Amino acid sequence: MGLKSRMTLVLVFLGFVLCILIERSGLLSAYILQISMYVGINIILTLSLNLVNGYMGEFSVGHAGFMAIGAYVSSIITVRVFHNQMGPFVFPLAVIVAGIVTAATSFVVAFPSFRTRGDYLAIVTLAFNMIVKSVLENIDALGGPRGFMGMGRLTNLVNVYAWCLVTIFVVRNLVYSNFGRAVLSIREDEVASNLVSVNTRQMKIMVFLIAAFFAGVAGALFAHVMQFINPRSFAIQKSTDILVMVYLGGIGSIFGSVLGATVYTVLLELLRPLGVWRWVVGPIMLVILMICRPTGIMGLKELTGLIPREERVLGKKEETDVVTASN
Amino acid sequence: MSLLQIEGLTHFFGGLKAVSDFNLELSAGEVVGLIGPNGAGKTTVFNLITGVYKPSAGHIRFEGQELVGLQSCQIISMGIARTFQTIRLFRDLTVLDNVRLGHFAQARYGIRDALMRSGKFRDEEKRIRDKGMELLEAFNLARYAHTQAKALPYGEQRRLEIARALSSNPRLLLLDEPAAGMNPREIDELLERIAWLKDEFDLTIFLIEHQMRVVMGICEHITVLDFGETIAVGAPREIQTNPRVLEAYLGKEVS
Ligand SMILES: Nc1ncnc2c1ncn2[C@@H]1O[C@H](COP(=O)(O)OP(=O)(O)OP(=O)(O)O)[C@@H](O)[C@H]1O
Ligand SMILES: [Mg+2]
Repeated sequence: MGLKSRMTLVLVFLGFVLCILIERSGLLSAYILQISMYVGINIILTLSLNLVNGYMGEFSVGHAGFMAIGAYVSSIITVRVFHNQMGPFVFPLAVIVAGIVTAATSFVVAFPSFRTRGDYLAIVTLAFNMIVKSVLENIDALGGPRGFMGMGRLTNLVNVYAWCLVTIFVVRNLVYSNFGRAVLSIREDEVASNLVSVNTRQMKIMVFLIAAFFAGVAGALFAHVMQFINPRSFAIQKSTDILVMVYLGGIGSIFGSVLGATVYTVLLELLRPLGVWRWVVGPIMLVILMICRPTGIMGLKELTGLIPREERVLGKKEETDVVTASN
Repeated sequence: MSLLQIEGLTHFFGGLKAVSDFNLELSAGEVVGLIGPNGAGKTTVFNLITGVYKPSAGHIRFEGQELVGLQSCQIISMGIARTFQTIRLFRDLTVLDNVRLGHFAQARYGIRDALMRSGKFRDEEKRIRDKGMELLEAFNLARYAHTQAKALPYGEQRRLEIARALSSNPRLLLLDEPAAGMNPREIDELLERIAWLKDEFDLTIFLIEHQMRVVMGICEHITVLDFGETIAVGAPREIQTNPRVLEAYLGKEVS
């Protein structure tokens, strides 16, 4: 193992220690702790949507619908199945199951949407988001519009942090591989991508399922911070927020997503005094971003530390190459 | 046995008969040309071979296997590669990534190998990178490996398109107007390159061209299309003097 990967492990470990310390010591107020967890959950949501919208160049607009499925499924597991009586492994398992169920559901959206060329995905995902919300509002057993409660506060900073790491790990390793290059090529030119032997349809479905899995995971974590969920928490506004975070931080960038999620989450909290008006901020920011800087702060750029060494070494050589090329 | 065999290929765009009863036999190692005036249906023939469109009628067999009904990605993995009339590179990706993508179907690792960075993943990725660099070397593009494709000069972009096509290890290469937008000196260079390609990579080449000079120089056989109809087939010398061709194609060119 190289020095570099050992450093990464040490940093990851220190992160865990820090999370545990913060949680145990009561160093941060309950409010700040909660915001920190929101930031983490939003990082997972942003990264997963970035995979579809940023890296692959599709336009999915109903991410909150997937989040809702994860939130409800995990809550049913912890409250109805286990009645909050559980060992240490039940919650992590519930989160994973929530992710898998969400991914399976997303197949229903992905399969027809990616059947033909053309941009049906935006319409289909928008409809999906609205359908999920109204279905949940009409299931009395799940509390209908009043919502579902009784979850224990099972989400803590440590498991949010862990899931953030898993998401970053998966996205990075996927992006810097044969599959990742295929995903990028779909964004660049889908026809040409097919004509260099990429099975674009299969690739799109796969990426969409992975993104939905993490949206489900985020939903599960969210439900067990809030300890109360209702269908309104997963309306189009929530999907819009996730879109803003993706396009603010930057498409096709892991660091961009972390940045976008953090800045926007904190910003919304700071704007609390605006009351209802702060919900206008998201849509307006989205419009401005799309017009002025459609690729976002970090658009298509990555923090060097997140790029695998093999790819990075090449990246460095580039500078000298460009110099020689221009001579 | 012929490498590519096209029989009765016909394609309609709505009411427009873009290709009509097109036939062709390509033997391994040949260089064959497809010419014809604008809108004759040449590019459509390529799009039908590579599965971009599904023909209204007819058969296309590659090494005896029917291609009609297969998806583009399957057809390409069988050993056919193509370039485009207007350059279609992955513009924001690096030059190396463009050629590595040509290698997509040949990577022998699964998603789990990629996520876990397994030994298999590392070996394969190294092989793909080396192969890509080797190709770039051969096309005199190695120094641009980490530059975005869109930053390359026009001629280099054209070269990169051919390099990308070759990285999928094709036996049949389809070139759609490779000399488009090139000056005479660049065209000479291109002709040399095509001749070299053919031997070096053991290729059969099917090429569309607008400029007579290009096809006359390198093609063993030529098919001439006009309004979707095949109006002549033969050796370059015969084509050059064929009255129907002169009327449909050369006549227009001269005037
Ligand atoms: N996708 C399409 N939809 C409808 N019509 C099309 C389509 N593609 C091509 N055509 C029409 O089919 C005919 C043949 O087009 P094609 O592109 O094959 O010609 P070509 O011989 O390649 O011409 P050029 O030399 O200009 O490239 C033209 O009349 C064209 O307008
Ligand atoms: Mg054409």
